Amino acid sequence: MIKPNEKLDIREILKDLDKYEPRRRGWSWRIPVANLQMADNIYLDASKPLKQSIPLPAAKYFDNIDPQPIQVITSEIASGRFEDDIRRMRMAAWHGADHLMVIRTAGQSHFDGLIEGTPQGIGGVPITRKQVRAQRKALDIIEDEVGRPINYHSYVSGVAGPDIAVMFAEEGVNGAHQDPQYNVLYRNINMVRSFVDAAESKKIMSWADILQIDGAHNANATAMVAWKVMPELMVQHAINSLFSVKAGIKKENIALSTVPPTATPAPDLRINLPYAKALRDFFSDYKMRAQMNTKYMESSTREATVTHVLNMMISKLTSADIQSTITPDEGRNVPWHMYNVEACDTAKQALIGMDGLLDLVELKEVGYLPEKVRELKERAILFFEELLETGGYFKAVENGFFIDSGIYPERNGDGISRNINGGVGADTVYERDEDYMAPVTAHFGYNNIMQYGLSKEDNPSQLIGGSTFEDRSKIIFIDELDETDNVNIRMDDSEKYRNSDIVKPEVEWLADGTIVIDLTLPTSVKYAVAASLEIAKRMNLVEPEVIHKEVLHPAEATRIQVKGKVDFEIDLFKLTLPEEPDMLSDKEIREYIEEHPMTIIAGTVGEDEHSVGLREIIDIKHGGIEKYGIHCIYLGTSAPISKLVDAAIEANADAILMSTIISHDDVHYKNMKKTHDLAIEKGVRDKLIIISGGTQVTPELAKKQGMDAGFGRGTKGQHVASFLVKRKEEMNEH
Amino acid sequence: MNNHKTREDDYKERRQHLENLSDAQLKQRFWDLADQATSPLIDLAYSHTSPAIERSVLLRMGFSSIEAAALVKLVLAHNLIGKGAGHVVYRYANIKQISIRESGLELIQGKGFEDVIKSFEVTK
Repeated sequence: MIKPNEKLDIREILKDLDKYEPRRRGWSWRIPVANLQMADNIYLDASKPLKQSIPLPAAKYFDNIDPQPIQVITSEIASGRFEDDIRRMRMAAWHGADHLMVIRTAGQSHFDGLIEGTPQGIGGVPITRKQVRAQRKALDIIEDEVGRPINYHSYVSGVAGPDIAVMFAEEGVNGAHQDPQYNVLYRNINMVRSFVDAAESKKIMSWADILQIDGAHNANATAMVAWKVMPELMVQHAINSLFSVKAGIKKENIALSTVPPTATPAPDLRINLPYAKALRDFFSDYKMRAQMNTKYMESSTREATVTHVLNMMISKLTSADIQSTITPDEGRNVPWHMYNVEACDTAKQALIGMDGLLDLVELKEVGYLPEKVRELKERAILFFEELLETGGYFKAVENGFFIDSGIYPERNGDGISRNINGGVGADTVYERDEDYMAPVTAHFGYNNIMQYGLSKEDNPSQLIGGSTFEDRSKIIFIDELDETDNVNIRMDDSEKYRNSDIVKPEVEWLADGTIVIDLTLPTSVKYAVAASLEIAKRMNLVEPEVIHKEVLHPAEATRIQVKGKVDFEIDLFKLTLPEEPDMLSDKEIREYIEEHPMTIIAGTVGEDEHSVGLREIIDIKHGGIEKYGIHCIYLGTSAPISKLVDAAIEANADAILMSTIISHDDVHYKNMKKTHDLAIEKGVRDKLIIISGGTQVTPELAKKQGMDAGFGRGTKGQHVASFLVKRKEEMNEH
Repeated sequence: MNNHKTREDDYKERRQHLENLSDAQLKQRFWDLADQATSPLIDLAYSHTSPAIERSVLLRMGFSSIEAAALVKLVLAHNLIGKGAGHVVYRYANIKQISIRESGLELIQGKGFEDVIKSFEVTK
């Protein structure tokens, strides 16, 4: 198994892909653990913990536990370079994602066939057999190290849906979007073609046990007034769900992609909760993939995060089998590494934080909520009634029923309308003849295999000795088709930075060089934008671009975030690393102090009125050593050295902590020497630990002046406490 | 082609016939309507095919995406898609007593369509 401190070897993953075989088919849910106990806590809605993971930052106060919610957590990763996405998938998996979704490159929907090789994508990745194999193979390695199956997911849509479905089935893809309405409404693919193809795609997906997610949430992202499409959303979900069942997919493998349609400043829960409830009532036999709202995302990652947390409250108040995450930077760019990780952490934090919510509160059964739920259901039924009166689905689409911004039956006349004879792939649907035949597994529809002596129930692929679904050796693997646009070329370009000591910052691709600076300028937005670009230029950032601006006050200040690239690199080998302080954990320190109570005398020595640093080391409210139970006697500022030593003797203290930041004429080192000497003179030096600290203190020089230790800039209470405990242990041993 | 209509929200009048339905009856009605809306769609798919469906059949028969695309184009050009592209390959393999793969590769070169057309008794 790969070690945590070992990088994934992308070149190794790309080797021998022609021989790669997926280890399983089908979707994996998390394994629920009833009343999971971790540290001192009991969780009601948690799942089997991971073998290795990165817990939330605050976990250090809780024995580093990392409880995992019961919901599968989705992260969408598709930067255009799948080889870099593999690394990000590992990051996301360590932060709790077990459903990795790859967005397709712009334009793949209209590509009539499979794309092969590994060309670079735009806003997504060209989904090809080689790319899918490489990522699935990488996920095998990653799921072994985290100890939980990872679901791999992409899209079965466009004019090559059935082609892609076959490839996904062969390659062990675990989940896929499939919804012909998506083709029709958003990709302008002919509606007849879309539905005819969809039945075949779905039949193939059912064979491979692929979990299907529909596309209804896009209505919300597209509509002019997003929340008003709620009745229509239920209709869209029903059309795809029931069509899927009729094409052969089991209900438990059908997930609705549902988004809380509105966001604050609207009263989020009052609008979103009744909808969520109505949907789950009607679709109780199906799975819920709770997506987060994207419609109202701007460039503020904070605002997006709050919206997403509210979305998860709805997931907890109703239900979600899969909790999707949207990266909080999606409103301003194709997602970056750290935002995938942030989104996973946000989901984990919110869902675990609301563990057992329905054990604490319940949804009201009278009043506004049930009334609103009922109203939405009735509006959806009325939509269906008129759809049928109009002549069915195709006619309704022609008449602009869908994505209308009126709350049905209100209609604003701004829906998306498509002609039954129009769109990409129009006139490409053909009636099957009486002797039509397809000698393969998982083929939907009329198939006259009886003419060759088989019975209706037989698998048609018997006629050819098994299809690729029975015999993998029949699959034809294509490596690369384009010599200039492929993963090998891209990796050669960045080879210098791969598994080497030479690093550049990155946000999405290895060594992309991008950094963000966050600044506040005391002026209006207009000037702040111009000034921040000038600042970026003077900092030698290449291609600076403002990615976020926020008015703190129209006249007083504007906050700006600028991204840009650095054109230098860092050689890690040439860096001098500060010695790692040997630290004990909070728990270890606390336990030691409990058994061996400790008293210290602290003060700022000499003519020194600065006490901030010392207070931070001592005070409990700053995370100082008091919090471990160390008894601190603080003598204040400008304490004479003799007073420190006398107080230590009087209180029978274990240590003296002296602080100084004035370094003129090395007065601080002279004071250390004086303290050391005085302690010897009074015969207490061997019983006392004497420590000095301050921003100008160099630990080695402090020791030369007789100190047990010196602490410089950046010292925390934990460093000092760790030292005190260790030194005390040493002294007790002697 | 704009048949878009605008309408004020007349929910209160339209819902009269739903008012006395229980929640369970409401759900039943919703799914009955969904069934009516999807039946013609699934029937259409049952009796029709498309180039993508035929390519997907050929993929499953062991052809590459490039071969499958070329074969379907030829099948369309010879007006044989109603028989199924996989069927064409299967039929030709039977006629010539060759493997499925050999059959497809010969057809890609334009060979054999006359034999296939004859055996299906298709008129151009």
